[in-house]
Amino acid sequence: MPLLELRGVTRRFGDFVAVDNVSLQIEQGEFFTLLGPSGCGKTTLLRMIAGFDAPDGGAILFDGHDLLGVPPEKRNLHTVFQSYALFPHMSVAQNIAFPLRMAGAAPEAIRQRTAAALEQVRLPGMGARFPAELSGGQRQRVAVARALINRPRLLLLDEPLAALDAKLRESMQAELIGLQREVGVTFVYVTHDQSEALALSHRIAVMNRGRVEQLGAPAAIYAFPRNRFVADFIGECNLLPAELRAMAAGDIRLEVRGVGEVHATHGEQLGAGARGVLALRPEQVQISSDRLPEDSRNAFGGIVEQLLYRGDVTVYTIALAGGARIQALLPNAGGARAAGFPVGASIQVGWRADAGHFLPD
Amino acid sequence: MRRSPWLWCAGIAAYVFLYAPLVLVVVYSFNDSRLNAQWVGFTFAWYGKLFQNEQMLLAARNSLLIALAVSVVSTALGTMAGFSLHRHRPRLLPALVLATIAIPEILMAVSLLIFFVLLNITLGMVSIVLAHITFCVGFVALVVRARLAGMDESLTEAACDLGATPAQAFRWVTLPLIMPGIVAGALMAFTLSLDDFVITFFTAGVGSSTLPLQIYTMVKIAVTPEVNAISTLLMLLTLTLILIATRLSPSVLRTDTSR
Amino acid sequence: MPKSALRKWLVGGPPLAYLLFFFAAPLLIMVVASFRSPGDFGGLAPLLLHDDSGTQLNLTTEAYERFFSDFLYTGLFLKSFGYAALATLLCLAAGYPLALLVARSPRKYRDILVLLVILPFWSNFLIRVYAWMMLLGPQSFVSAALNGLLGLAGLEPVSLLYTPTAVVVTLVYVHLPFMVLPLYANLEKHDPALLDAAQDLGAGAWQRFWRVTFPLSLPGVYAGAALVFIPAVGIFAIPDLLGGTSGIMIGNVIKQQFLDTRDWPFGAALSLMLMLSALALAALAARFGRGALR
Repeated sequence: MPLLELRGVTRRFGDFVAVDNVSLQIEQGEFFTLLGPSGCGKTTLLRMIAGFDAPDGGAILFDGHDLLGVPPEKRNLHTVFQSYALFPHMSVAQNIAFPLRMAGAAPEAIRQRTAAALEQVRLPGMGARFPAELSGGQRQRVAVARALINRPRLLLLDEPLAALDAKLRESMQAELIGLQREVGVTFVYVTHDQSEALALSHRIAVMNRGRVEQLGAPAAIYAFPRNRFVADFIGECNLLPAELRAMAAGDIRLEVRGVGEVHATHGEQLGAGARGVLALRPEQVQISSDRLPEDSRNAFGGIVEQLLYRGDVTVYTIALAGGARIQALLPNAGGARAAGFPVGASIQVGWRADAGHFLPD
Repeated sequence: MRRSPWLWCAGIAAYVFLYAPLVLVVVYSFNDSRLNAQWVGFTFAWYGKLFQNEQMLLAARNSLLIALAVSVVSTALGTMAGFSLHRHRPRLLPALVLATIAIPEILMAVSLLIFFVLLNITLGMVSIVLAHITFCVGFVALVVRARLAGMDESLTEAACDLGATPAQAFRWVTLPLIMPGIVAGALMAFTLSLDDFVITFFTAGVGSSTLPLQIYTMVKIAVTPEVNAISTLLMLLTLTLILIATRLSPSVLRTDTSR
Repeated sequence: MPKSALRKWLVGGPPLAYLLFFFAAPLLIMVVASFRSPGDFGGLAPLLLHDDSGTQLNLTTEAYERFFSDFLYTGLFLKSFGYAALATLLCLAAGYPLALLVARSPRKYRDILVLLVILPFWSNFLIRVYAWMMLLGPQSFVSAALNGLLGLAGLEPVSLLYTPTAVVVTLVYVHLPFMVLPLYANLEKHDPALLDAAQDLGAGAWQRFWRVTFPLSLPGVYAGAALVFIPAVGIFAIPDLLGGTSGIMIGNVIKQQFLDTRDWPFGAALSLMLMLSALALAALAARFGRGALR
């Protein structure tokens, strides 16, 4: 039985549908992420799970029990708020001990478990400090420790790393993964940062406008986006308007505007003439000055229009002979002046048949 | 931002305008002369006379007792009102609170007079206390509400999320955080009651006198620097209280505009 | 959920009940009282009359007839409005520079400056009136200076005290903080970049004020004006202490009716007229002043 189940959950605010008939099953011990742009309904969903809001339709079941009418304080799940919501008038130790005090635990047990919690989030001896004296990363850890101290079955995290700068965010991500594996608590994580979602999660639910667009493991979602929104939102993607010419076992022929005839291997069963887009990840596109590797089923000529040097990779914008523009991502491996292609260079562009997907409109 | 010289002049002139009369009152309370005309010499005599004035001492005692009672009750009611205004957004209460503050005092005074007489409540200390509470509740409510509005909502949510019942969340999280506002409101209510003239004038009846009423009588009938002396003392007390209140909760400064 | 509804009533109920009972009810009773007859010894005559034909309501519009028949009272209303209006304008003239000065001061000084503006308000009202009695009295240096000047010009010495002038000046003094605060609240939110942009586009100092600052501050002006005008109209202590016979305002007459003449219905009628005008003005101010508050 899944730990948390959402069945047809809907939430409306007047005419605006924030959450539209969402059904999900979250298993015990997994790191599950709700990913989407702002306004997609992920935070609303999280608040309903926490108990601060009630669905207009559908049900939320925790361990098989319907949570309808159960106030937040009675749900055995806790939230790490985006602003951390540390009580400013209490010390770090008092903050962390708060759930235990509310539950009426004995003072000695409180003391021990608080110390253990501080150790676990690597803040030993900071118990007497106050939130105002801590850095952003330290406050975040206190918030996590506080939410985990009475061992809830489920932890909800509402964009907890959003307020931290890039470097800190990366190290906190690693810590969160480690913590989750160590403690074994089920995490439901909300973020709009797709690279964060890909790094942290066992499974991701990509949301848009109140609906779940795609649900799956990070690699599956990245490699096989199901529709245009997911392809565009996760990572970078070339999206080229295309029309289906023919479909046979293992081989799809597309007429891609501005490119020419393209072979792809994935796509849904459709009839000829169907319109859609060819989704092609930039890192799948190969560039060479004369000849391309054997398995480049698709090959076209083009000119380098622009390049963006990013240190570890370079992103090329290429104008193809047919008129379309595509982006290719190449690692800057090899020597200092490794094969780069200057602006204006004439080059060959190619990719494997299974690199591109056809996503119908 | 630019502040031209004439702006400085006009502004400083305004401050002088505000304070000069009060400074004058204080200075002349030490004047060794019956008339407030010219400065003769320095003396504490008028203060001494104050403390021998039976009526004055009685009025002072009354004022302090009333202010204390009013402060306690209106702080309790005002805190509840402030909470309700912020959390529950009722329809009628905000209008009533606003009305008690905006209405010309004489209307409240007169209507309460009729009210007490019709209900056969004798006019005296009790009627004064009841009347004062009526206009103090609103002020306390606004201060408490401002304090609540300035508090991070997610803190109470976090408390409930971590297992606190609404009552526990209030006791351990909300109350400690708004306590400065409550104390500021209490001090404000105390001061407003101590200083009130118009409403007290109409609802005091014959027997009771308060400091403001006493000052009024003295000013009307026979002006001596005793008035300056009691004014100075009263000013000292209320200003100290208000300074403490603003320390605790800056929203005390904004009560008139933070609706 | 009934439990949270109960909580709402427990928290909001008592203050609501108190204000309904001690604020709203008395005002309603006052409205009714204006339609009753004066009692034999002052106060109010009984509401219900019992006689052979049964019980009937003893109501009359006597009080209002009297109000409208004698121009004295309407005139007094107009005079009170006039004094209050004059006081409001003077408050605006004196208070605007002050509010502007504070709003443009460096942030760390602002709170103290605002505190200094509001502190006099917290001193006893009577003390502030008394202070002006001192200042305007025949022996004060203000009077002496003024009369000296008049004497130089060959004019008769004037008495400043017990005149409408004294009333208006004191009204201004007492209400000045009420004008400054909403103005300041509005002015401090102005974006300095607007003035920079105006200057960049060629506006001089006066133009910048008149075309950018002042229009933006209008909601604050309306709010401040309301906070001065509405209480000022009903004031009675100031004219009572230093208005003399020529500076009487409607508040004095109301006080007279209730405490001296004891014609309560008439006093109630006057109060009701005052309340209606205050309400009308408050509604106007709310419409225009919405941007200043908060």
